[in-house]
Amino acid sequence: MTPQRPIARFLMTVALWTFVFFLAFPLVWLVLTSLKPSAEIMRSGAQFWPETFTLENFRNAILQERILQTAFNTFRVAVASSLLTLAIATPAAYVLARRPGGVNKPVVGWILLSQTFPVILIIVPLFTILARAGLGNTHLGLVLVYTVWSLPFVLWMLRGYIRNVPVEIEHAAAMDGANHFQILTRVLIPLILPGLVATGLYGFINAWNEFFFALVLLKSPELQTIQVNLARFRGVEGLARWGPLAAGSVLATIPTLILFGFLQKGLVSGLHSGGVKG
Amino acid sequence: MIAARRRGRGAGLAIPLWLLVPALLPVFLLSILPLLQGVAMGFTDYELGARETNFIGFDNYRYMLGDRQFWRSFQVGGIWTVAVTVGEVVLGLMLAMLLNAKLPGQTLARILVLAPWAIPPVIKGLMWRLIYHPDAGALNGALLAVGLIDRPIHWLTSFTWALPAVIVVGIWASLPTTTVVLLAGLQSIPGEVREAAAIDGAGAWGQFRHVTLPLMKPVILSIAALQFMWNFNSFGLVFILTEGGPAGSTRLPMLFAYEEAFAFGNLAYASALGTVMVLVIGFALVAYMRTQFREAQGV
Repeated sequence: MTPQRPIARFLMTVALWTFVFFLAFPLVWLVLTSLKPSAEIMRSGAQFWPETFTLENFRNAILQERILQTAFNTFRVAVASSLLTLAIATPAAYVLARRPGGVNKPVVGWILLSQTFPVILIIVPLFTILARAGLGNTHLGLVLVYTVWSLPFVLWMLRGYIRNVPVEIEHAAAMDGANHFQILTRVLIPLILPGLVATGLYGFINAWNEFFFALVLLKSPELQTIQVNLARFRGVEGLARWGPLAAGSVLATIPTLILFGFLQKGLVSGLHSGGVKG
Repeated sequence: MIAARRRGRGAGLAIPLWLLVPALLPVFLLSILPLLQGVAMGFTDYELGARETNFIGFDNYRYMLGDRQFWRSFQVGGIWTVAVTVGEVVLGLMLAMLLNAKLPGQTLARILVLAPWAIPPVIKGLMWRLIYHPDAGALNGALLAVGLIDRPIHWLTSFTWALPAVIVVGIWASLPTTTVVLLAGLQSIPGEVREAAAIDGAGAWGQFRHVTLPLMKPVILSIAALQFMWNFNSFGLVFILTEGGPAGSTRLPMLFAYEEAFAFGNLAYASALGTVMVLVIGFALVAYMRTQFREAQGV
């Protein structure tokens, strides 16, 4: 890069940190709100820094608003669906990576098509299919839906990871008498383990954050996921419940932010081969 | 890409196709089958709790042509999709270049910029409701303190402000993804290319215009196409922010279809709306790729 004048670099730095402020401020505001006493949140003329810090909102969110129960529900569904996705996607990605032509085109076509259709188009038939299978209003039903929903991206990523493994390694294993299943489980999976972990975390975040399917498919309050729980907090525009709501939102964001910390490096490098659903 | 394909073809091991079955079976049952049923449902008069369902051909679509709410929501959806997609790509490119310019605090800035990606859409919406809140919100607080306004603005319930306010949130929400993709693209441009241009006397703008932009074009086009689809089908964020109000001024197509299906029980009509959404996206993408293809040939 050409040497820049100091004034240009100064302006660029200011621009960069303006962007950072714009992107990060809402989260900061949410955290500070969650630490303010209700009376202070409701007071008009917003104060940035809390006058008194309190954990009362977190107590209310946990004791009165079933945050822990719905968080546990979501966690169960997210872990199960991300493991199931990996289990069915890995063999499929193996075929797609190593058998070019033939099956590849329709599958890649479906991966792209699945990004274009609105969920409203499938939700009603999906509801009926799940109900007929006895999976309506169950966590298992939601797990299956999330699995299928994460699958396009997961397949795409895993196919890329497997392609990066030199095929000679598999040939060598085959010469030693290993069959396809053994090649997959003993040779390939250990080699692409970091990719599997990153993709699995992606599946978890996807399921943890999902709102629409959980809103429509689960009816029983005791099965509710954390996103639906938080969305239902709303109601009257009064600020009375904003304290616990902000606290619940902070709690619901912590797991994804922690996982994001683990993911961020792989995310940037993995992006060369795929895309991330926002 | 070609090298990878060759490597794969050299395998010579016939990998059994049945390994695809565990993935394809759920995809067929829970994605392709309901999709086809959904499209088919758009040609019926199915309603929530209806005793019988009749095939009514294109009646839902005929009704749609005269439905002012349909036109309004697709118009709002068009404005929202174009504004958010253009906004995030332009700002994302600026931000990606700033993040790539070795400015002070670059690593920290990269992490902070990416962080909103991981925040659930519902909570993104809730955060901005806190910021936009007329009395206690940060935005009115700041504007009043500086003296730019003398009365609080009801951002999310005003006919003038609701759509722009929601679009800002839309750009904010998808900026991290776009920026990461563009940053990855920028990093794959070899530094020598730009240096060569600089030696030839290209200024900063000339380097951007004649080196960076042409090389980045494929990345920009693909992320813009993806974001276009995602934005057009967007639901959760605006549902939390305004539920489509006031009086439908932020009612995106997906919110309109959701309302038809689950508030009024018009399941068949909602499916027909979904089908039209697919068609709109399809046409937009085909038109978009055509123009890009022509331009590429023209060069």
